[in-house]
Amino acid sequence: MFKYILRRLLLTIPILIGLSFLVFIFIRTLPGGPGIALLGERATAESREAIERQLGLDKPLFVQYTTYLGNLVEGDLGSSIVTRRPVMDELLERFPATVELGIAAMLFAVAVGVPLGYLAAKRYQGVLDNASLFGSLIGISFPIFFLALILKYIFAVKLGWLPSIGRLDVTRSIEHPTNFYVLDAIIARDPSALADALKHLILPAIALGTIPLAITARITRAATLDVMSEDYVRTARAKGLDPRVVDRRHVLRNAMLPVVTVIGLQTGLLLTGAVLTETVFAWNGVGSWMVNAINNRDFAVIQGGIVFFAAVVVATNLVVDISYAFLNPRIRYS
Amino acid sequence: MRHSVRGRCARAAAVAAALALTAAACGGGDGGGDDGGGGGDEDVTMIFGTAADPVVLDGALVSDGESLRAIDQMFEGLVTLEPGGTEVAPNLATDWVASDDGLEWTFNLRDDVTFHDGTEFDAAAVCSNFDRWHTFEGSFQNPAATYYWQTVFGGFETFDPNSGAPKDSLYEGCEATEEHQVVLTLTKPSASFLAAMALTNFTFASPDALEKYEADKGEVDAEGIFRATGTFGTEHPIGTGPFKFVSWERNNRLVMERNEDYWGDFPGNIDTLIFRPIPENAARLQALQSGEINGYDLVEPQDFTTIEEADELQLLSRPAFNVGYVGMNQAVEPLDDIAVRQAIAHAIDREEIVDAFYAGQGEVATQFMPPELFGYADDVTTYEYDPDKAKQILTDAGYDLPVKIDFAYPTDVSRPYMPDPQANFEAMVEDLEQCCFEIEEKSAIWTPTYLDNVDNGRYGLYLLGWTGDFGDPDNFIGTFFQSSQKAWGFEDQEIFTCLDDAETETDQEARVTKYEECNRLIMDFLPGVPYVHTEPALAFTANVSGYQPSPVSLEPFSLVSIES
Repeated sequence: MFKYILRRLLLTIPILIGLSFLVFIFIRTLPGGPGIALLGERATAESREAIERQLGLDKPLFVQYTTYLGNLVEGDLGSSIVTRRPVMDELLERFPATVELGIAAMLFAVAVGVPLGYLAAKRYQGVLDNASLFGSLIGISFPIFFLALILKYIFAVKLGWLPSIGRLDVTRSIEHPTNFYVLDAIIARDPSALADALKHLILPAIALGTIPLAITARITRAATLDVMSEDYVRTARAKGLDPRVVDRRHVLRNAMLPVVTVIGLQTGLLLTGAVLTETVFAWNGVGSWMVNAINNRDFAVIQGGIVFFAAVVVATNLVVDISYAFLNPRIRYS
Repeated sequence: MRHSVRGRCARAAAVAAALALTAAACGGGDGGGDDGGGGGDEDVTMIFGTAADPVVLDGALVSDGESLRAIDQMFEGLVTLEPGGTEVAPNLATDWVASDDGLEWTFNLRDDVTFHDGTEFDAAAVCSNFDRWHTFEGSFQNPAATYYWQTVFGGFETFDPNSGAPKDSLYEGCEATEEHQVVLTLTKPSASFLAAMALTNFTFASPDALEKYEADKGEVDAEGIFRATGTFGTEHPIGTGPFKFVSWERNNRLVMERNEDYWGDFPGNIDTLIFRPIPENAARLQALQSGEINGYDLVEPQDFTTIEEADELQLLSRPAFNVGYVGMNQAVEPLDDIAVRQAIAHAIDREEIVDAFYAGQGEVATQFMPPELFGYADDVTTYEYDPDKAKQILTDAGYDLPVKIDFAYPTDVSRPYMPDPQANFEAMVEDLEQCCFEIEEKSAIWTPTYLDNVDNGRYGLYLLGWTGDFGDPDNFIGTFFQSSQKAWGFEDQEIFTCLDDAETETDQEARVTKYEECNRLIMDFLPGVPYVHTEPALAFTANVSGYQPSPVSLEPFSLVSIES
């Protein structure tokens, strides 16, 4: 197992280098540059050239890439031309926000989606099954942006039950040692701050988690139906085992293999930024940050952000693969 | 039926978690801003939704609106503008006088002002700030960082040919002639610089704080970006303004508090002022509707009706301080013929376009600067919509109809003076073709192609505009017409001289007269067709009062009150 993990980690290096090169080349082919983005119609040709000269964008691409790669090896992702702050600093501030929202959304999706899919399979072709199929279709098709606006309109504007933006009441002051606001509130032993942070998570987590919920429910249902028809399940029942034991040990456990894959992949995607949800809820995560960076031709942010996301996705996939070994003892990595 | 202990515990935990979430959910939404007015002992908090986070809280090094808005509350300069207008008013300077040759400006300063760190504001502090700005080097000379110094004064003490900054500077020096009197010396006469001194970029920081918190300290990374290591602009922005800095959590909130030792008037009741960045327009509106914020800027036209119809909300308009125009490049024939330019002006139905595409927030422009600005002439030559007259002018000039001309508009952009360029363009093309022109349509992506093409004179007709930086006509018609530019393609010495004279005239009344004359000249010459000034809007909850929208967005929150 150790060798397997090590091999996977080593493979990550050429993947990231290759990806960084592709991203580097691609974003420099985008029309426009930071000069125009910073000054708009105030930018004269001279000022645009001066800005780009100062940023080294007039140098040959090879020189620019070598400089960038050298910094990357040292963990320096460069600086944002807009905020003039190190990209790494901004990532470390924003990534926890995205992780917190992503985890909340996946918890919602899994907590509702897995039981729903399982029960739908158990009551195959019944009312619950048909309702869950219909609901899944709606969930997958409904635009997140629109769902988020509707949720905010109903629960924040009209009913006033929940906040519409942000991660915490703006008038509340607590320390943020981790930038995971829920965790920070626990560390601070502040129950009202904890409740506030959780309250702010509800609507964005529901908006973001709806599609993963629908997908998880469908996959769980399909996997459960598949396993329930297996011979070993029929044998277990025939032997007179308690139905709940059969469900738990034989059906659910084996059905979870594909479900874990899907959950892992979706989690990896969510961790790279839920652009629409973050934008609508003014959630200061990496998704909205990247959109602004692209609009501003903020090269360092775009490059650094994408390389970072790739590392996150690779790590997430590795965790998923390793979890197989625990779910299915027959799987061995060597 | 047996149940395992583990199972019971798990179910109990799940129920407890569900109850906790429900309890949290029933807590209600955020309260945006405490009640004001009635409860005298209760702190009044105002939460304002901004479109973005500030870049840094150092006026000398920013040009973006959100940084300037925040800095406005904490810093002050020699002069300011009358609330809601563009008339220059005393601020940290009580009065001033220019020498006869216009090169020396003597400012008498207030003697009762202290910075937020307790140090005294005096002439030495003024000169210390000016000298700091003038001696910026390296990355500080980047046009994006010191745009306003370069716009107003030009170059720096040290010329760096790679920086993009001009070589020459309007600024000569600063001398503290008395404890509360400074003399600013210019290299050539300029009266426009006085209005420019009201810009946030020329507000004064505590020299002690600048040094102690290493405002100019940092390192340039491999890509040429200056990374500040000092904390002046992020944790210790110390000025003399009505609000003092409390804290700044990036992309979350910037908190300021009332300066109890403020030297001036503070008629509002705000004790704590919080700027909260909310980039998305719909999110800002919903935050206002839910009470999480008390106000926000940059209201979208499609939201005007929603806000105006809500009893609990109010919409305020900023006086127009921009101009949208059809540019005419006279290097492209036949635009060098005044008859053709006049015909174009008569052929476009500007009123219809402003009514159709500006959601009631536009007014038809008659000249290249807004009515709010001094020097605006009420009696310029106007070109009413009259296609028949346009045809007549062309045929009298000997043209066969239709006259061919190219016309360009930008894509992928929305500007305050041109929210939907394509809509404006299509309406204008229809007007022109129905009259007497055959249009070759062109378009290009706003950045960099369209602006490059305009700057380099590659279009005949083109759509563009301008939003003013400071309250002086030089920032409008001086920017456009004081010298020959490829975008306009003409050399008219009479206009150039008029604008030169107006810029250097130090007597204000004479300046007003001079600029009015220049506006008449320009509209007779007709280098382009100005067609709109727009009024951006802000939205507040109905219990907010005292906010004074300013054409240059110089809007002190010290005037604002929130009533319960």
